Amino acid sequence: MSGHSTYKPQSKFLQWLERRLPIGGLIHSSFVVYPVPRNLNYLWTFGGILAFMLAVQIVTGIVLAMHYTPHVDFAFKSVEIIMRDVNYGWLLRYLHANGASMFFLAVYIHMFRGIYYGSYKEPREVLWILGVIIYLLMMATGFMGYVLVWGQMSFWAATVITNLFSAIPGVGEAIVTWLWGGYAVGNPTLNRFYSLHYLLPFVIAGVVVLHIWALHVAGQNNPTGIEPKSEKDTVAFTPYATIKDAFFLAAFLIVYAWLVFYIPNFLGHADNYIPANPAVTPTHIVPEWYYLPFYAILRAIPDKLMGVIALGASILILAFLPWLDTSRVRSGRYRPLFKQFFWLFVIVCIGLGWLGSKPPEGIYVILARVFTVYYFAFFLVILPLLGIVEKTKPEPNSISDSVLGAKA
Amino acid sequence: MQMQRTIIALTLAGCVGMLTLPAKAQEHDTPIPPKLRWSFAGPFGKYDPAQLQRGFKIYKEVCASCHSIQMLAFRNLADLGGPGFSEAQAAAVASEYKIKGLDEKGEPTERPGRLADNFPPPFPNELAAKAANGGVAPPDMSTLAKARTYERGFPWFVFDTITQYQEQGPDYLAALLKGYEEPPKGFQLPAGGRYNKYFPGHNIAMPPPLQDGQVTFDDGAPQTLDQYSKDIAAFLMWAAEPHMLARKRIGLQVIIFLVVFAGLMYLTKKKVWHEVEKPTEIARG
Repeated sequence: MSGHSTYKPQSKFLQWLERRLPIGGLIHSSFVVYPVPRNLNYLWTFGGILAFMLAVQIVTGIVLAMHYTPHVDFAFKSVEIIMRDVNYGWLLRYLHANGASMFFLAVYIHMFRGIYYGSYKEPREVLWILGVIIYLLMMATGFMGYVLVWGQMSFWAATVITNLFSAIPGVGEAIVTWLWGGYAVGNPTLNRFYSLHYLLPFVIAGVVVLHIWALHVAGQNNPTGIEPKSEKDTVAFTPYATIKDAFFLAAFLIVYAWLVFYIPNFLGHADNYIPANPAVTPTHIVPEWYYLPFYAILRAIPDKLMGVIALGASILILAFLPWLDTSRVRSGRYRPLFKQFFWLFVIVCIGLGWLGSKPPEGIYVILARVFTVYYFAFFLVILPLLGIVEKTKPEPNSISDSVLGAKA
Repeated sequence: MQMQRTIIALTLAGCVGMLTLPAKAQEHDTPIPPKLRWSFAGPFGKYDPAQLQRGFKIYKEVCASCHSIQMLAFRNLADLGGPGFSEAQAAAVASEYKIKGLDEKGEPTERPGRLADNFPPPFPNELAAKAANGGVAPPDMSTLAKARTYERGFPWFVFDTITQYQEQGPDYLAALLKGYEEPPKGFQLPAGGRYNKYFPGHNIAMPPPLQDGQVTFDDGAPQTLDQYSKDIAAFLMWAAEPHMLARKRIGLQVIIFLVVFAGLMYLTKKKVWHEVEKPTEIARG
C-alpha cells in the first residue's frame, strides 16, 4: 500500500543524504503520499492522538525522573517536592498523571472502533495483535507508574496485584517473593518498578513502530470495511489525513487541559495523598479507572485462581478476536445484529468499570457476574455464531460509491 | 434502525436504573458534608489571603501542638497566591520556631528558624507522636485537604467534571470539626474515642479541637467554631495545593488558545477537504 516514493529532494544536501540513507523517501512515502481511504471518520484520528500521548508521557516522564527519588523513605516526599518546589513541577506531574488517563481513554476508543469496523480481520490480524501487545505493555507501565507515587493506594495496589500471582499452584508464593525482591512490597519492589516504568515506554514505542509498519503494509480499514479499489477511493495522507488528525488532536487536548488545569485530582484517589503505610489497610483498595472492568471480573469469581485466570483471559482473548469473529463482512455498518451486541458489549464494559469501583458485596457481585458472563460470551459464543446466522446488509461496490451514493 | 434505537435506549435505561438503585440501598448513617462556598472554587477561584491568615493562626495556635505540616516552608507564607504575608512577616514567624541541627563538633544544637526551613514537627518521631496521642499518630497536614474526601456517587461525579467541584476535601474537614456529637443510643464507643458523625466509622481519636472564642482574630471575623472550621479548611487546602492560582491562570490561557487553535484547524480542514467532499461544486466553479 505504501505508494512507491516519487520523492525528489530539492536541496543538494538532501539529495546527497537520500543516496546514502533514503529516510526522506521513507517519510515521504509513509506520511505524505501514502493513500488513505477517503471516507475515514474522526474515530480514525485516535491512532495519531495515541502516538502524541505516548510522546507526551515520555517527555514529561523523563523530566519527572530527574526530580524523583525511588526510595520508600523519599518517594512520596520527592513527589510533593516536585509539586511544590520544582519550577512548573505541578504542571509536569498533573500532565503525566492525567496523561495516562487520556492515553487509556484514547486507546479504548481506538479499540472499540477496531472492533466495530472489524479492523482486525484478514489481512490485519498481525496489526491487531501488535495492538493487543501495546495495550498489555501500557497496562503494565501504567500500573508501575501509579506505584511510584508511594501513597497508600500505590502501596496497596502493588500488594494486591502482585499477590495475584500467588494463586498459581505450587510456585505462586515463590514467584511473588521473586517479584517483590523480598517478603513484602518494599524498597526492592519500588526500585524495580521504577526501572521498568522507565524502560517499558520505549518498548511500547518500538512495538508502535511495528504496528504502524503493519498498518502501512495492509492499509487502513475504513467505515465500509471494503478495500480501496481505485485511486478514486483514496486521498493522500498529507494534507488530508494530517489536517484532520491535527484538528481532532487539538479538540482532544481541550479535554486533557480541562482535566490538568481545573480538575487534576478528579481521576485520582484521595488515599494516594497519604504516604504509604504497610500497617494500615485502606477500607477500599481500588485501582485506577482504566483497570476497573478487569478488577470487576477478577472479583466476580469466588475462587482466587479462577478469578486470576479470568482476568488474564479477559485481556488475552482480544488477541484471538480475528479468528473468533467468523463473519466475512468486516464493518458493523452492514451487520444489524452485530451492531446491537456490540453496543451491549460497550455498555457491559462500562458497567464492569463501575462495578470495579464498588465493594464486592450484595447486588454488585451478582451484576458483576452477569456482566462477566456477557463479556466472555460476546467473544466465545456471539461472535462465532453471528458469522453463521446473521443476515448482513449489502455492502457497497466501492468506497467512492458509498460516499458519493449517499450524497446523491 | 428504529427498533435498534429502542433496544439501546431500553438497555441504557435499565443500566441507569440498576446503577442508582443499589447506591440508594447502600446509603449508611454517615451524613454527606454540606457543600460550602469557597473563594477558591471554580475556574477563576483564588484563595482569600485574610482567610488563609486566619487559618494559619488557627493552625499555629491549635493544630500545631499535635499535627506536623512538614512539606510547608516558612518562605511559602510569602508566596504569590498564598496567605499574602510579607517576607519580613514570614521571617518573623520562622524565628519563633526552633530548628534542631548539629554544630561543628557534632553536638545537637537549636537555632531560630529561617525562611528556607520547613515547619518543624511537634514530635521528634512517629513513636513519640503515637505515645503522646493514645496510640494514634496525628496525620501530617501537608496534603490533608487532598487526602480526605467523601464519596460523591453516581451521577454526581459525572456532573463534577463540568461544574469543577473539587472541594470535597475542605468540605469534609470543615464538617468534621463541627461533627462532634453524643453517640446515639446503642453505639459502642471504645475507650478514648469520640463520636463524630462525619468521621468514617464515627470513632475518632482526636478530641474536639476547636470551640467558640478559642482563637482571637484581629480582622473582625466572627470568632465562632463555624468560622474557624472554614478558615482552617481553606488554609489546609492552600497548604496542599499552593500553586492553584498559577494552575488556574495558565489553564485559562491554555484553554482559550486550544479552542481558537482547534477552530482554525477545523476551518483549514474544511478548506482542504472541500475539493474531495464536493467535487461537483468545484467542477461547476
